[in-house]
Amino acid sequence: MEFETVIGLEVHVELLTKSKVFCSCTTEFGGEVNTHCCPVCLGMPGVLPVLNKKAVEYAIKAALALNCEIPEFSKFDRKNYFYPDLPKAYQISQYDLPLARKGYIEIEVDGKPKRIGINRIHLEEDAGKLIHEEGKSYSLVDLNRTGVPLIEIVSEPDIRTPEEAWLYLNKLKTILQYIEVSDCKMEEGSLRCDTNISLRPKGSDKFGTKVELKNLGSFRAVRRSLEYEERRQREILEQGGVIVQETRRWDEARGITIPLRSKEEAHDYRYFPDPDLVPIVIDREWVEKLKSELPELPDAKKKRYMEEYGLPAYDAGVLTASKALANFFEECVSQYHDPKTVSNWVMSEMLGILNETGREVDEIPFKPEQLVKMLKMIDSGTISGKIAKEVFRDMFDTGKDPEAIVKEKGLTQISDEKELEKIAKKVIEENPKSVEDYKKGKEKALGFLVGQVMKETRGKANPQLVNKILKELLG
Amino acid sequence: MNLSELTIHEAHELLSKKEISSEELTKAVLDRIDKVEEDIKAFLTIDKERALEISKKVDKEGDFSNPLAGIPVAIKDNICTKDLKTTCASKILANFVPPYDATVCEKLKSEKAVIIGKTNMDEFAMGSSTENSGFFATRNPWDVDRVPGGSSGGSAAAVAADECIFALGSDTGGSIRQPASYCGVVGLKPTYGRVSRYGLVAYASSLDQIGPITKDVRDCAIVLNAIAGWDEKDSTSVNLPVPDFTKSLVEDVKGMKMGLPKEYLGEGIEPEVREAVLSAARVFENLGASVEEISLPHTEYALWAYYIIAPAEASSNLARYDGIRYGVRAKDSDDLIDLYKKTRSEGFGREVKRRIMLGTYALSSGYYDAYYLKAQKVRTLVKADFDRAFEKYDVIIAPTAPTPAFRIGEKTGDPLKMYMSDVCTIPVNMAGLPAISIPCGFSGGLPVGLQIIGKPFDEATVIRAAYTFEQATDFNTKKPAL
Repeated sequence: MEFETVIGLEVHVELLTKSKVFCSCTTEFGGEVNTHCCPVCLGMPGVLPVLNKKAVEYAIKAALALNCEIPEFSKFDRKNYFYPDLPKAYQISQYDLPLARKGYIEIEVDGKPKRIGINRIHLEEDAGKLIHEEGKSYSLVDLNRTGVPLIEIVSEPDIRTPEEAWLYLNKLKTILQYIEVSDCKMEEGSLRCDTNISLRPKGSDKFGTKVELKNLGSFRAVRRSLEYEERRQREILEQGGVIVQETRRWDEARGITIPLRSKEEAHDYRYFPDPDLVPIVIDREWVEKLKSELPELPDAKKKRYMEEYGLPAYDAGVLTASKALANFFEECVSQYHDPKTVSNWVMSEMLGILNETGREVDEIPFKPEQLVKMLKMIDSGTISGKIAKEVFRDMFDTGKDPEAIVKEKGLTQISDEKELEKIAKKVIEENPKSVEDYKKGKEKALGFLVGQVMKETRGKANPQLVNKILKELLG
Repeated sequence: MNLSELTIHEAHELLSKKEISSEELTKAVLDRIDKVEEDIKAFLTIDKERALEISKKVDKEGDFSNPLAGIPVAIKDNICTKDLKTTCASKILANFVPPYDATVCEKLKSEKAVIIGKTNMDEFAMGSSTENSGFFATRNPWDVDRVPGGSSGGSAAAVAADECIFALGSDTGGSIRQPASYCGVVGLKPTYGRVSRYGLVAYASSLDQIGPITKDVRDCAIVLNAIAGWDEKDSTSVNLPVPDFTKSLVEDVKGMKMGLPKEYLGEGIEPEVREAVLSAARVFENLGASVEEISLPHTEYALWAYYIIAPAEASSNLARYDGIRYGVRAKDSDDLIDLYKKTRSEGFGREVKRRIMLGTYALSSGYYDAYYLKAQKVRTLVKADFDRAFEKYDVIIAPTAPTPAFRIGEKTGDPLKMYMSDVCTIPVNMAGLPAISIPCGFSGGLPVGLQIIGKPFDEATVIRAAYTFEQATDFNTKKPAL
């Protein structure tokens, strides 16, 4: 039997507000344990939460960027459970009236756009962190993160492959970074993802029994765990077995999922409206204002790059995948006449070095105008394209201006015809065999001779000029 | 006359004229505590040294322009006081010292009131007799074999026994008014949202409200002036202008329309109580008010709906007492779950556990609609009853409690009987209305309270009616013989 995979994602994203969602403590990451806390986020007796309007604003911005509807009326509920990282023993969250509903994210599957529905987005507070020290009979708790605003983005079960899940996550991350509501750093826990996956016979409209996957530390882990789980479930079903509804944990090292808890062990969270907070009434005008303030989103930007700059879809897609990268690119283009040249440099050289060194765009030590300066040095013949690559790498290492690098290292291109002629003559003298070959009609031999001139000048010779001079000398 | 017997306004006058000092007044109150506390047991903590220190400081500054400056006050032990133990009369918080003040305490301190101690109560404000205190029972100054009411029994008894000049209590289902009634003092539950709940240890957040317990209505207005008002730390406090409530201290109820709900005078109401309330109605009529019998048909359901909503909220509010971060932690637990179980089993008393279980059940998946949601609908109906009545009437008068103070131990074995003692006060919390209890008679030598219920945020009219009644009668001048 052929099976169809059905996947849904629950993504938690920390919002970049300066202060926590229900008190004025800082949300800064890092920090000495238990220093970003106050009686309110510590859940001490008698304290009350006060909603941070900025968190609502960021959540609405995210919802708008993800094409959601924003109902006028929303409220907070308490999700009750005991755990040492949850000081009040309940999490302030949203149950039946979330801030936003019915949105979507567009991804590209086999060259065609596909919409993945978003069921809901709600605002809630983050919990703290337990620290288990090796060999100790106790655990410690750090409550710095307690009360940091989170949005939970729940997708519809529209995803059909692990690859689509991966694309959805990347797109989601890009959009949220674009609108600057979250930095979406999975390694710092500011983006977390749980997945639901089930299989059903192809053509069936009924869902199969789903399994929830947890402990997914990276987008790669999301994809790998789904691939594993897809395989595991298919094997069971093909052998006539049944899938158990349960939560499974991804074991990254072993590359498998293992049972965490069954449906019977699931919590009854006893949700009820939080009596300490008043319902949220969302002002329409405010929503419209936030909507009008949204920046250009990645899809629109990609389209514009293709139309306005004449870039191929591939280039436009790569450049707009990160707002920082797109910003860098646009800064360059605003000062340089040929977008494609910029795109080539950014995509091959710049991204290459970034990938190689594991650095982010915002860690680039030089400014877009310095890259432009370098491109103009190529155009004016000051340096060759080959030398430029060397200069570019130096700019990454030192953050120095290209002119300074060229000057310090004496990399200025030799365009003095007389000087080049001298070197060319010397090369011709030393390579009679190649000269003979060339004269017999072997074009390749000229390339060798040009290369020899370049070698003599340590790459500084203007290659077009060398070409021309050699041709003339060899008649 | 002993200085401890003074009201706020009497003491204020003497302090302003420098005829007495705050230190003398505070000493007199502390002496009184020394003398009668063994019989009354109103206090969980007496902050003697600090109180004297502060009174001396206030004397030294010499500025008594504030009506509460230099006045000794007792605070119910579920209201957080910075650097002063706040236990909610629970073993689980036996060692809890808040690093912050409740907003009301901040306000009292800025008015230079002198906090002398923390008063006993039913554990986490759950109870009607103060017998549910995790430490000891408080006794009624009028008859030490009887309860002072609850849950603010310590505050009401302390005021009645002159162990303080005034006190703060909290009222979730009658916890200010019922003990005020039992102890023959004045107790006001303000409109929900009138006084900040920040720092009030939550029992049932949608019902809890802090209010004054005082020796007369004038003092009540003075204290309400000091503690009322919007607070940015409490999202449920309401940003409305706060009138000067002492302006309502006028002897005039002419033309005031009063409703007397028949449901509050029927079965279960002791005849002497009914008689006292009816004669109070006649007093009002003689003063020029009109009193008509009305009906609040959903009254009988209010109590039962309350015992769904309040425990539901409590089950969540009290979940934080897990022995992890503060309070008492059980010894010798095997693992995390065992730690939770032991801490909470040992730390909470029977009534608290009963309500946590009731509330947990009511919120459980599959029962939520049948219990919690239905109770909320009842709450809406109860409120609608009052809304309708207030279209026609300025205030509603009723008994505060169906009986005078009962004997210690009389109802501890029967929670339902105990719950019934709040039958006249609970509907008011469910509707979020302001209501006062003032002395209106005696039954077998025990005080009987009259409840005057007002429109939302119309404490002013409630105070005016109460003041007029108080001036026309002498029930509040009687003191228990201790």
